[in-house]
Amino acid sequence: MSLFRLVFREILHRKLSFLLGVISISVAVAGLVAALAVLQKHDARTGQILAAKEAETQQQMAKLEDDYRKVMLKLGFNVLILPKEQNLGDLYADDFASKYMPEEYATRLAKSRVATINHVLPSLQQKVKWPEFDRTVLLMGVRGEVYVQSAQQKPLLEAVKPGTMILGRELANNLALKVGNKTKLMGREFTVAKVNSARGNKDDITVWISLSEAQELLDKHGLINGILALDCTCDTVDRLGRIRPEIASILPDTQVIEYASQSLTRAEARQRAADEAQASIQREKEGRDKLRAERAALAAELVPGLMLASGIWIGLLALANVRDRRGEIGILRALGMSGQSILIIFLSKAIIMGLAGGCLGYLAGRMTGVMWHDVPGAPPIPMPFSDLKLLVLMLVAAPLLAALASWLPAMHAAQQDPAGVLREM
Amino acid sequence: MSPFLQLECVNKSYPGPKDAVWAVKDISLTVGTGEFVAVQGASGCGKTTLLLMAGVLLQPTGGRVILNGQNPYALPSGQQAQFRAQQVGFVFQQFHLVPYLNVLDNILAPTLALNRNGGVCDRALDLAERFGLTKRLRHVPAALSSGERQRVALARALLNQPKLLLADEPTGNLDEENGQLVVRCLAELARAGTAVLLVTHEPRIGDHADRVLKMKAGKIS
Repeated sequence: MSLFRLVFREILHRKLSFLLGVISISVAVAGLVAALAVLQKHDARTGQILAAKEAETQQQMAKLEDDYRKVMLKLGFNVLILPKEQNLGDLYADDFASKYMPEEYATRLAKSRVATINHVLPSLQQKVKWPEFDRTVLLMGVRGEVYVQSAQQKPLLEAVKPGTMILGRELANNLALKVGNKTKLMGREFTVAKVNSARGNKDDITVWISLSEAQELLDKHGLINGILALDCTCDTVDRLGRIRPEIASILPDTQVIEYASQSLTRAEARQRAADEAQASIQREKEGRDKLRAERAALAAELVPGLMLASGIWIGLLALANVRDRRGEIGILRALGMSGQSILIIFLSKAIIMGLAGGCLGYLAGRMTGVMWHDVPGAPPIPMPFSDLKLLVLMLVAAPLLAALASWLPAMHAAQQDPAGVLREM
Repeated sequence: MSPFLQLECVNKSYPGPKDAVWAVKDISLTVGTGEFVAVQGASGCGKTTLLLMAGVLLQPTGGRVILNGQNPYALPSGQQAQFRAQQVGFVFQQFHLVPYLNVLDNILAPTLALNRNGGVCDRALDLAERFGLTKRLRHVPAALSSGERQRVALARALLNQPKLLLADEPTGNLDEENGQLVVRCLAELARAGTAVLLVTHEPRIGDHADRVLKMKAGKIS
């Protein structure tokens, strides 16, 4: 005869009570295991969604890259040719070049028939004070296009006739100048030939006049400080790499930079698309994180609730069991069994109940988790049925819960006065 | 005959609504090895209290209990249980069998206290045979008659070969025949060297005892 046999026989004798205890623990364990499985699936699904989004973004970016390359080939781009000694930092800070080169360079470039350049626009640009209005403006002297191929080619930019000026929108509005108005610039009279539409950049405060008049006003006879080479076409993505050596061979004491071209705008758009794609992934991630937090919060309330209810229920069952077995406890004590042995009998039963409940709860919870479909219509997330670590954890936690819940009733049983019980019976 | 159980001026009181209720008052009693002593008295006269004090289950309010030359109440509670398991056997009117254990397991129940398993099963089978229970070994108490249940209780009480057997109204729930069987068995045990203390309200049981003591209102006259 052993304690285990006694416990086992008693369990068989009071099957219903034992079964109710096991079910209670199973529900608590199943709740915990299922909650963990749901969160695990959620994380896997999140990873899957984000990976798909990233793959899709990469695919779109690759397509954009390809489109970009095609755009470069078809649309061409603009370059600005500057004197070699021009400091680019100064150029970007002042909005105009401070070094000069002969106007003749533009003609030389056009005559060279560089295959990659379609339009050549020499200019003289400087930030000046418009003394008549006490206003700082950008003065741009242009002579129109130096034809590369023939006079019949469609010019990209019209020349400004001497004695006329073209104004940026902001400047015209600010100075209340309209087309046809006559005005003076640095003592010379001009007629407003055109007011450009608003462009949202420095063009809005620019005054365009003919190159020769600009050279006179600025005292830069025969000089220019930039040549815009427009609508350059290259059959490679590395446009500057191709065009620079060509121009260097014709105008050795110059440098070439890319100038606000359509292709740059396209590149910016492409970057914006990439940024938007990243933001979209981030939004998706935040959404999934929020959903996970909601699910975790629900589990954090539900699981302890189930545990508590299960613990209380097991405690009540154990108390009822102790009351049912008062006589048995009395006689076992009379036979010489110690209070400690009585405690072991009740705790052993609780531990067996916990083990059985832990096993069943794990099976039920895991099955629920495996079968749970987080997103209807989406391919299911595969989840292995067995998780040894979790099973071991449950097989430790569940008996512990049952033993803790039964502790007080078991102590009560162990401390019962056998004489009192035997006298009452 | 050497004294095995000595009660020296023992008394026991229980808390009452106003004053303490004295269940046993200054009783001195000796039961020798191999002696069968019967204590007769009406219900509520303190017989069971006396028996529980003798069986190391109920600490007396006053006086001393000496069992086999030792005061068991001076021992720590764990050792008291061991002492009881080794020295004392109990038989009760209500049998107090464990309801979910079969006859053999009920007879073997005292081994839970002593963790003694070697040869004990053979002894349990011998006792079952001696009390005519061989064919009922796999039956649970609910399937037994009252006489059989009391015989199981008796076999259980004797498993650890106690030197003192305490019987509380052992024939109270039995018919004449089974009652006589149990009392004869107790007398045989006494002849074999066991000290037997029996408390009962039935006068005729005393016929088999070596000594019969009358108890009234917590005192032995």
